[in-house]
Amino acid sequence: MSTTKKIAGVALATALGVTALSACGGGEGKDKPGASDAPTKSKTVTLVSHDSFSVSDGVLKEFEQQSGYTVKILKSGDAGTALNQEILTKGSPRGDVFFGVDNTLLSRALENGIFTPYEPKGLDAIASEYVLDKGHKVTPIDSGDICVNYDKAYFADKKIAPPQTLDDLLKPEYKNLLVTENAATSSPGLGFLLASIGKYGEDGWKDYWSKLKDNGVEVVDGWEQAYNERFSGSAGGKKAKGDRPLVVSYASSPPVEVIYADPQPAEAPTGVATGTCFRQIEFAGLLKGAKNEAGGKALIDFLVSKKFQEDMPLNMFVNPVVKGAALPEAFTKHGVVIEKPETVAPEDIAKNREQWVKAWSSLVVK
Amino acid sequence: MAVPLAFFGLFFAYPVAAIVGRGLRTDEGWRFGRIGEVLGRPDIADVLWFTTWQALASTALTLLVALPGAYVLARFSFPGRQLLRALVTVPFVLPTVVVGTAFLALVGRGGLSDEVWGVRLDTTVWAILLAHVFFNYAVVVRTVGGLWAQLDPRQEEAARVLGAGRFGAWWRVTLPALGPAVAAAALMVFLFTFTSFGVVQILGGPSYATLEVEVYRQTAQLLDLSTAAVLTMVQFVAVGLILAVHAWTVRRRETALRLVDPARTAHPPRGWAQRALLGGVLLTVVLLIVAPLAVLVERSFDAPGGYGLGFYRALQDAGAGGGTFLVPPLEAIWNSLQYALAATAIALFVGGLAAAALTRRAGRFVRGFDALLMLPLGVSAVTVGFGFLITLDEPPLDLRTSWILVPLAQALVGVPFVVRTMLPVLRAVDGRLREAAAVLGASPWRAWREVDLPMVRRALLIAAGFAFAVSLGEFGATVFIARPDRPTLPVAVARLLGRAGELNYGQAMALSTILMLVCAVALLALERLRPDKTSGEF
Repeated sequence: MSTTKKIAGVALATALGVTALSACGGGEGKDKPGASDAPTKSKTVTLVSHDSFSVSDGVLKEFEQQSGYTVKILKSGDAGTALNQEILTKGSPRGDVFFGVDNTLLSRALENGIFTPYEPKGLDAIASEYVLDKGHKVTPIDSGDICVNYDKAYFADKKIAPPQTLDDLLKPEYKNLLVTENAATSSPGLGFLLASIGKYGEDGWKDYWSKLKDNGVEVVDGWEQAYNERFSGSAGGKKAKGDRPLVVSYASSPPVEVIYADPQPAEAPTGVATGTCFRQIEFAGLLKGAKNEAGGKALIDFLVSKKFQEDMPLNMFVNPVVKGAALPEAFTKHGVVIEKPETVAPEDIAKNREQWVKAWSSLVVK
Repeated sequence: MAVPLAFFGLFFAYPVAAIVGRGLRTDEGWRFGRIGEVLGRPDIADVLWFTTWQALASTALTLLVALPGAYVLARFSFPGRQLLRALVTVPFVLPTVVVGTAFLALVGRGGLSDEVWGVRLDTTVWAILLAHVFFNYAVVVRTVGGLWAQLDPRQEEAARVLGAGRFGAWWRVTLPALGPAVAAAALMVFLFTFTSFGVVQILGGPSYATLEVEVYRQTAQLLDLSTAAVLTMVQFVAVGLILAVHAWTVRRRETALRLVDPARTAHPPRGWAQRALLGGVLLTVVLLIVAPLAVLVERSFDAPGGYGLGFYRALQDAGAGGGTFLVPPLEAIWNSLQYALAATAIALFVGGLAAAALTRRAGRFVRGFDALLMLPLGVSAVTVGFGFLITLDEPPLDLRTSWILVPLAQALVGVPFVVRTMLPVLRAVDGRLREAAAVLGASPWRAWREVDLPMVRRALLIAAGFAFAVSLGEFGATVFIARPDRPTLPVAVARLLGRAGELNYGQAMALSTILMLVCAVALLALERLRPDKTSGEF
């Protein structure tokens, strides 16, 4: 390699870097915050959410065309992290609407006063059991159930019936089979802890967990690891030779195993233990200090519209909250409806969550 | 000097001070009592103790394993050397999510080592230590090897002629010359392992936590800002101490070295001892670095219905992520490259200026500044990210939703690399050469171009490679700010891993494999750019 060539190479690399810089920069000029975002009728509405938010392209485009707004989506970490960032930036939010505060975190959001009350068009169509905040600072958007999933093949092989309830999990035939997530760091982990608190109450849950521990429950940090590494029924777990046929996941996980398999099996490889569930409800709210309040309101109306509600299940694997929204076939065929999930009142969760989690940690993890 | 200072102050010191301040200040004033309260908690004491000893153990192990590798890659010429050098750097840029998955497949239950020897290491400290060595092998190889390749072997030969034994010559001549680089590498590794986050979280299970993990939990999940602030300060002090010790050991050792063209120092291995050394290093690399990477590649091709490209084909389809990305995951590669290039440019600019300023001057203030630039490595991404949130929210600096925040945050971590890599070489340039050039009528600029640049070009490229690599794999800060329409590769991988279903898992593996390839290609390209008078390397 001659020296000129080398210098040319270096120059080229530098030039590339500069071009990339200006290329990125060029595209961003038009939505520079500040001057152009005066309180005139802004054309951009920003939705702040957690990483799991997703919507079909077509559905979002349709809303943009009808309303005349351009939607910007900003994702910032998992549900807890995203909400905490909104609390930190209270009064000078990064967006107009926040989606993704669930019933385990709702009180924290309300106490910190990050939302402006708004009653969306179509509020009447939402089933009333989901409307937890009577002041309408937040609007329910979806619900999902955190439940124990089981590996059908394992129990068929062993000729044991899979467990169905929280009590079942303590039986000797299920010893060393369950993997769950750390309640301190993972939302399904917390949900499962709350399910046990909902069922056995303030006095009984610790006793339940110490029995569960004696029965060999394994705790890992996050859902990914539990489900894709340790659980024997999921595609990832099969490859990783996971050997726990019971995992704490979602009621919608079996349909997902079907949808994302190629070829799709006639029957889901996993099932749901229907007596082990905790119901999660997710809300959206108009952020206090939003630059585009009118746009934010229109966006919340859109989130509870039938169009979005029916689009949601296959994107986020959650259930609609609007009466009459149809579920996709994969859900009706491979999913189960949880009739009686365990619940804990949001104010109890707010008051006790930290001490519950601490007590749980020292009981189970240490 | 002014540019690095301003950059550092605006994008690091100010946001971090703001978030720490918010944790320690209430309406009644400062609450320094919190410091004692937090540190008195037994769980926090456990965290501190674990953080320290695992970092020490990881550093010792990494040096032990990687120094022979640095020597072999610096001094031996053999077919595929550049490829190997690029290969060992790949782990450094992989997102920890992916590495954790790979390591579990290797040493976890039902993993390779379990099947072959019945050994399981997951949820033990050994898995964490091994993963740390895996990550930081390249730090030692590149930092130490870069200098080792340019040390004049004749100095050692002269010592041998004067009667020193082989080991004696190495001990008295080579080691002192390498000292600063080894110290710098050890310091880097210690910093990285001390502030380790993803590895500990995935491989350690819930029972092990480092300070970094604890800060993240307290800040992002519990919003307990005062505890997080105390822990951040503790980490700060610890990192500051390490840096001070480092500065003190290095200060008098950066004497002017005789640097020569690396091509002249490399030779094919001679004799059985050298061949055995080369073989040993190759075996280590295969077991420690290739095996985990190979597991990922194997899983990415393990599509339903036999091995094939099924998962890769799925990547081109925007609908594959169920609308998660709004763009096909493949576009994440392009996004990542753009961000990384921008971050590298910023880091080289800021770091280069800083390194030049530090070479020219001495004195207490400058040394302090040197250490200051290293601090971003010791502060958790979540602290910086949350600091950005509450400080950069006023026009003209409302950058919270701007794309530039990503390369800025990445450059913050890249700058110390640039400075660390450039400084030993810059300081080792013999000043008399410059003076000679000046006497012969060269302007300062020309003297720099003709004298310094040829000698530091290699260091510059290594620095660029590091900065680029760090940006490519950076995850912590990027998660906060990467917009869904422009996910980076690590963010895309993490999102895919966060969903059930075989296709998502397979695509995550496929994307990780692509990320590895992109890194390897980028690093190889840098290797090719090296000034190099012999073309017989490949």
